Amino acid sequence: MSDDDTPHVHDRGDAVCVIGAGASGLTAVKNLREHGFDVDCYERETSVGGAWNWRHDRSPVYASTHLISSKPLTQFPDFPMPDGWPDYPHHAQVLSYLERYAEHFDLRPHVWFGTEVLRVEPADGGRWDVTTHGTGTAGGGERTQRYAAVVVANGHNWAPKMPAYPGVESFRGRLIHASAYKDPALLRGKKVLVVGGGNTGCDIAVEAAQQAAACWHSTRRGYWYAPKYLMGRPADQVNDELLRWRAPLRLRQWLYRRVQRLTIGDVARFGLPAPDHRPYESHPIVNSLLVHYVGHGRIVPVPDVARFDGPHVELSDGRRIEPDVVVAATGYLPRFEFLAPELLDADDTGRPDLHLHAFARRHPTLAVVGLLQADAGIFPLAHWQSVAVARWLRLRATAPDRAAAVQDRESHRPLRRWSRTTVVDTSRHWFEVSHTDYLRSLQTLLDELEPAA
Amino acid sequence: MRTRVVRFAEWTRPVPPVTREIASALPEDDEGRPPVLFVPGYGHAAWAFAEHWLGRAAARGYPAHALSLRGTGGSGASPVTGLRAYAHDVVQVAAALPRRAVLVGHGAGALVVQHALARYPARAAVLAAPVVDGWPALGAALRANPLGTLPALAGGRLRLSRRQLFGPDLPEEQAAAYVSRVERMPARAQWQLVLHRAAEPAVGHPPVLVLGSPDDRVVPRSSLDRTASRYGGAPLLFPGMGHDLMLDARWEEPIDALLDWLDKETAL
Repeated sequence: MSDDDTPHVHDRGDAVCVIGAGASGLTAVKNLREHGFDVDCYERETSVGGAWNWRHDRSPVYASTHLISSKPLTQFPDFPMPDGWPDYPHHAQVLSYLERYAEHFDLRPHVWFGTEVLRVEPADGGRWDVTTHGTGTAGGGERTQRYAAVVVANGHNWAPKMPAYPGVESFRGRLIHASAYKDPALLRGKKVLVVGGGNTGCDIAVEAAQQAAACWHSTRRGYWYAPKYLMGRPADQVNDELLRWRAPLRLRQWLYRRVQRLTIGDVARFGLPAPDHRPYESHPIVNSLLVHYVGHGRIVPVPDVARFDGPHVELSDGRRIEPDVVVAATGYLPRFEFLAPELLDADDTGRPDLHLHAFARRHPTLAVVGLLQADAGIFPLAHWQSVAVARWLRLRATAPDRAAAVQDRESHRPLRRWSRTTVVDTSRHWFEVSHTDYLRSLQTLLDELEPAA
Repeated sequence: MRTRVVRFAEWTRPVPPVTREIASALPEDDEGRPPVLFVPGYGHAAWAFAEHWLGRAAARGYPAHALSLRGTGGSGASPVTGLRAYAHDVVQVAAALPRRAVLVGHGAGALVVQHALARYPARAAVLAAPVVDGWPALGAALRANPLGTLPALAGGRLRLSRRQLFGPDLPEEQAAAYVSRVERMPARAQWQLVLHRAAEPAVGHPPVLVLGSPDDRVVPRSSLDRTASRYGGAPLLFPGMGHDLMLDARWEEPIDALLDWLDKETAL
């Protein structure tokens, strides 16, 4: 690795490197700046917004994407969305919100657009060598700079996870991943199979119900579908009302079942599989329309896909269907190509093991922001994560003894999932957290890191 | 107080929106100075700043805005009022400005600004004649104007007299005209002046300036000192002026001092 006299490494002193200028990256830049750090943020695209910017190659949004958590649970805690916006804004509004955030806090001068991070390597004294190159046609050579700390905010909804179905090469229809699905025009008049019961899968199944000639919706298991409104208010706010009064999980699960029975009743009656887990044990699926269209017969629920065979798709119950288009809404995997896996203590499948899903355990100057699946919006969580990172780096610089004591205490805290429920074990759910449990843990850490009065 | 990150009240009971009256004065050339948002105290509305201060701030290159709290001036009425709702209105207006804003609160508006600072990383903040310590302010009001203050204790209207609001230099009819424009505030909001939880710490480490008058019959001198020392400074004093620094006869002095301080703190 490069040593200190390597001429081409430019030392940026106490500056911090942030990777990505999406929601998590922007809030990291803002909060680090507020805590007095110089920041260089690298963004491979030429504009801010990350996943929420539909112009970006890696953006997963489709024309009809709306938030599934309501405004108060989604906005940054120190930069509210406008009062005039609806409870569940459209993705274009979310992008304009992020653009205004960047504008308001004057973040763009700190972002190097069109610059991709190739490698992040540890250097002496807990510092990092970050190698970048330009993504434009001009390209430009590699450039290595040395930073005091690195905050990774590269998102986790851009690397599609595509199951390896047998016989998929022989399929004569069109198979796409949901990441390539942008507009319902693709479905118009076609027979469509949507695979995946997540929020994206359900949204696309609903669009297929509205636009396509026929729609099958394949899910591996049954889910609990939450409506967007309950008792005249956004459902997540009603749910948090229960959490506020510390209603026990069992009671909340009972109430959930009760509400479902009083509204749509037994989903099995519609041909949907009964959930194999209790409410609150998987990432919430917020969709008021799925059951509605199943009730209209516009969506036909089917089990898992077994294999592809020429024009056919064979399902796990032996049924064969003949779709023109298959949309695999099978999710995304987090990827950190620029980091050696051991830096994040990643296991064989690439799952990093991080304190609070944010702090690298053996590298005190390396953190990841936004690597969470929560039952509320991600922006407030990423905000407080980055405040914690900024406070931690500040404390480390100003009071190394106190910082060491905090590190010692934190490393003894039990490993847990920041979610009191056991969750369904899939590649998505390992970083599933409950926003209240997670924020309470962060509160403890933030209080410890508070600068001495 | 520490910054609380679990905020159920805000998540489950969002403040209902209202239409907001905003008075503005913009400089002829935008030289990139931060916008200044003036927040009136109880009973006053955007007009109180539109009278002199907005124009002066704009003339010195600052985009200047003043809002009317919900239920006062031209802002819409709402069944939900009180400190949290007022602070929400301030943060909404501040966040809609193109750059990080400077918040200036006068009187009880300074208390609103303190609460807004916990929810918005302002560029800087100014607390003018701040009514942030409830009990001393109540004591002062009872001494200066017992008849106007006592009814408020029973949930009635809090009346402010000419003697409390203005110094002797302001012409009598002008003072009377201003006093007649002072509006009634909801009883709950009045009570919150005395009974409120201390605001959480300001986010984003903004510099804070406190200014007032030693002859203010609403905010005692000791209270001014205490507020200023909480932010690690001493108050800037304008002897001879009443509580309404922005309307009193020598209104230029505090606004010029405020803008001089801003020039220094926010040097481009």
